[in-house]
Amino acid sequence: MNARSLLPARRPVPGVFVALALTLAIGGTVVMIDGGQLFNQPTTVSLLHVAAGLGLVAVGQTLVILGGSLDLSVAYVISLSTLVAAETMNGSDGALLPAIGLALTVSAGVGLLNGLLVTKLRINAFIATLGVGLLLKGYLDSGYDGPSGTTAPALVQSLGYQRVGPIPLSFLLLVAVTGAAWFALSRTRFGHHLVAVGGDPEVARLSGVRNDRVLVTAHVLCALCAGLAGIYLASRLGSGAPRVGTEGLYDLESIAAVVIGGTALAGGRGGVIGTVGGVLLLASIDAIFNQLEVDAFFKQVIRGAIIIAAVAIYARRAMRKAAS
Amino acid sequence: MQTVQRRPLSPRLWRVRPGGVLPILAILAVLLVLVAVRQPSFLAPPSLMSFLGRSAPIILLAAGQYFVIVSGEFDLSVGSLVTAQVVVAARLIDNDPSRTWPVVLVLLVGGALVGLVNGLITTRLRVPSFITTLGMYLILVGAVYLWSNGAPKGGLPEQFRQFGRRAFEDVPLLGRLPYALVVLLLLAAGAVLLMRSDFGRTLVAAGDNPRTAELSGVRVWRVRTIAFVLSGVAAAVAAILLGGYSGVSFQAGAGLEFGAITAVVLGGVALGGGRGSVVGAMLGALTLELLFALMNFYGVPGALRSTVQGAIILLAVAVSATRSSSR
Amino acid sequence: MRRPLAALAAITLLSLAGCATDEPAANPSGGAPASGSGTGEQSKFFVQAEYDAELALLDAAPTGPADKPWEQVLNPTMVDTTKFKKAGPYKICFSNAALNNPWRQVGFKTMQAEVEAQLSRIKEFVHVDAEGKDQKQIADINDLLGKDCDALIVSPNTTATLTPAVEAACQAGLPVVVFDRGVNTRCPVTFINPIGGYGFGHVGAEFVSQRMQPGGKVLALRILPGVDVLETRWSAAKVAFDKAQVDVVGVEFTDGDPAKTKKIVDDYLQRHGTIDGVWMDAGAVAVAAVEAFQDAGKPVPPMNGEDQLDFLKIWKDNDLTAIAPTYPTYQWRTPIIAALRILDGQQVSNPWKLPQPTITRENLDSYLDPSMPPLHYAMCGCADLPGYPQRWR
Repeated sequence: MNARSLLPARRPVPGVFVALALTLAIGGTVVMIDGGQLFNQPTTVSLLHVAAGLGLVAVGQTLVILGGSLDLSVAYVISLSTLVAAETMNGSDGALLPAIGLALTVSAGVGLLNGLLVTKLRINAFIATLGVGLLLKGYLDSGYDGPSGTTAPALVQSLGYQRVGPIPLSFLLLVAVTGAAWFALSRTRFGHHLVAVGGDPEVARLSGVRNDRVLVTAHVLCALCAGLAGIYLASRLGSGAPRVGTEGLYDLESIAAVVIGGTALAGGRGGVIGTVGGVLLLASIDAIFNQLEVDAFFKQVIRGAIIIAAVAIYARRAMRKAAS
Repeated sequence: MQTVQRRPLSPRLWRVRPGGVLPILAILAVLLVLVAVRQPSFLAPPSLMSFLGRSAPIILLAAGQYFVIVSGEFDLSVGSLVTAQVVVAARLIDNDPSRTWPVVLVLLVGGALVGLVNGLITTRLRVPSFITTLGMYLILVGAVYLWSNGAPKGGLPEQFRQFGRRAFEDVPLLGRLPYALVVLLLLAAGAVLLMRSDFGRTLVAAGDNPRTAELSGVRVWRVRTIAFVLSGVAAAVAAILLGGYSGVSFQAGAGLEFGAITAVVLGGVALGGGRGSVVGAMLGALTLELLFALMNFYGVPGALRSTVQGAIILLAVAVSATRSSSR
Repeated sequence: MRRPLAALAAITLLSLAGCATDEPAANPSGGAPASGSGTGEQSKFFVQAEYDAELALLDAAPTGPADKPWEQVLNPTMVDTTKFKKAGPYKICFSNAALNNPWRQVGFKTMQAEVEAQLSRIKEFVHVDAEGKDQKQIADINDLLGKDCDALIVSPNTTATLTPAVEAACQAGLPVVVFDRGVNTRCPVTFINPIGGYGFGHVGAEFVSQRMQPGGKVLALRILPGVDVLETRWSAAKVAFDKAQVDVVGVEFTDGDPAKTKKIVDDYLQRHGTIDGVWMDAGAVAVAAVEAFQDAGKPVPPMNGEDQLDFLKIWKDNDLTAIAPTYPTYQWRTPIIAALRILDGQQVSNPWKLPQPTITRENLDSYLDPSMPPLHYAMCGCADLPGYPQRWR
């Protein structure tokens, strides 16, 4: 996991978009032969909604992974955020902003905890975020026996179900968050430092980067993204749901989307645009298989194979580049 | 990591070999005391033996996971591998006792093969093991559901189940000696010997600093691949014991990968490789199992258990992390 | 060394406190962790009126053909459906919560067989599996609305969270049939389910507690916290145990994992010496619980399971004191029948309450078919369907 991180940081448009285009072209054709339609309005809207939820989480996950860390607690943060948001709103539009603020604050708090455990106590991110996830799981399991709270109608009508043509508002939110993350990574000092820390923490430290502070910030941002995804899900579901994050497998799926998007799991290489490509690819496969009524278990096998194959291809490219 | 070097604490107290088994022994001792206070009868030989027997699968998985982790990798596929093996075993045996041994062989070979594939994809195709084994996890779970059409079929006869369920009864001193415990002791001894051999040293070297190891003539990819094979075989043995202990189920292996990794880390083994002992890893698994039993004895509310588990893991790992950085 | 630890403790506390800020108002059951010992405190899922209604239904006489319980109705209230009448054959679409457990697998195979039996009237049957994800099921339903379905069947993953999506489907104008879990809206043409969780939980708990002394020790084994169907089962059981004044020594979650179940039962036997009764909210790990008693050399106490064949078999072989309340998988046939009746313009009952038979020692033999796989559900009502028994093996 270490030798590979010394490769050049700049890379062309991730191959994931080529894969996405191919998938959509082939999938669309197969669906058409099957007598269906992949690109009609309801299907596109559904696809983009699924992508928006996973995308928000995955963009946050990209930041921590770029920094050489990882967040396995996002699924629980999402559930927690839906509950905090929906219970604070309690069905009233007036409580909308405080509720969103509170949900994001709680999420950021969890991110801060993750970040401090990883940096100050030097606990491996895998264990630290797994442990924090277990803490949250216990809280959710013992405190809730089902959906709770009511999302403000205004939020349901806007973020949950409003769309511009075939594009849901939530997807525009994803685009905005991705844009902000892209800007932060490529145009700000934080971004450069994060990539440096992920590439080689020792070199970064020697060149004056405050590694801990950068990593804690990344963890907070990651949890904020998960919290935002939770608010979106609350708007979609109409209430808070204590199991929505884990049922959606947002922890492993977000990591999968990040690596399919070309970000190296070891850190230091990749970006959020690729991640969105990865999310869209996963959502498209979902949509195509839905249209063809492919068995969910078969789909899982294909997903597993795609994840491995995608990363193998990136690794191959990286090796070639290193050789030339 | 050097900033915490000068602490006013007695340095000698903390001069424990990093990755040593002392901390985990201390935790284990504390838990044993807590058990003894609440449930003294648990420490009577027969029930202690039963406990060790039922803990054998997760201890073996931890040992298997140790080989992979100490060499610098991860194996997230073991839980799904256990599930797949149990379901496959039930269908292949289909309640026919005469097929027991052939199926055991099939499972062991199958486990080794899955490990080999994991290892080769990781080392030769340079896919990070987190991704390789995550992909393998998805593939195995999906494939086994697909193959069994969503519901396990067939069944495990007594001849197969005895390995995980039965014991030598009326053993002097111990009362009873579960077969699973015998299997565990033999394999644990094997694992310790293996780690003392040349292979063990190269395995740790590969995890500690693959480049240096490579330069000193170690074929890193080969030892890492072998580590994955060992993990696969350990999963197969665990599947045989677990299938025996509790029968066929899609839940047989659920969550075991995280359990095994947690156990290994609790046992003082560093994620990222190069540090820790296989004995520590196995003690970590035993500690985790004892913790669950303890929560049963103290009647900790079911829903709160993950919080207790999470807090203990974080505390234990934080202690050993701060300790090792102050070496 | 000491400082980081203190920091960790402080952070942990702070973060938990932070999470808990909205607790008092929103979380009435928060103070009473799921364990407790039958103190009478109830989860917010417990609704007295519904509990009373379900218990009354247990004794109600169904209308409809006696040999086809999936067409029977308890206390029917018919609704007019003439506005949905159209000529067939039809395209019927089904948004399924998940196929991730044997109960749903058996049920779905039964539904597919029912479709096959009605092939002359159904030109296309579209099935979408939400894989247990609310978010995906909402998207699935929206997606199905663009497919010119003549009727939409929904088996919701979660009651509250699927309500908006089902409402949207109703507004699209096609007849919507909901079954298994409900939704919080009256807009579907009918909602089909058996008597329900209170009935299930009550039958098992009453049986177990009647065969114990007051003060006897009962262990409750549950699958997962936070699943509405299972919560209602437990809340009804709690009422029965409180009434019988038995001591609920533990409420444990097994995750449906037989190994975990055996360990829990083992440790409880160790701790309490004897356990006088076992209640479970689902039958998935019933066999593991029986084995735990057997392996410990203890008699198996009165207990309940479900209608899975592995439990029925071990029950018969060991002559256990047991009962099997059911949540019949034959309810998967009814939505197809209902959809076709609605498209025919015939009246249907809303709600459509199906009978929920209980397997007892007396009728055990009629449900125990050793040739079916261990996790098959006896109450599938599928013996007259095309492809039986091969399809379910």
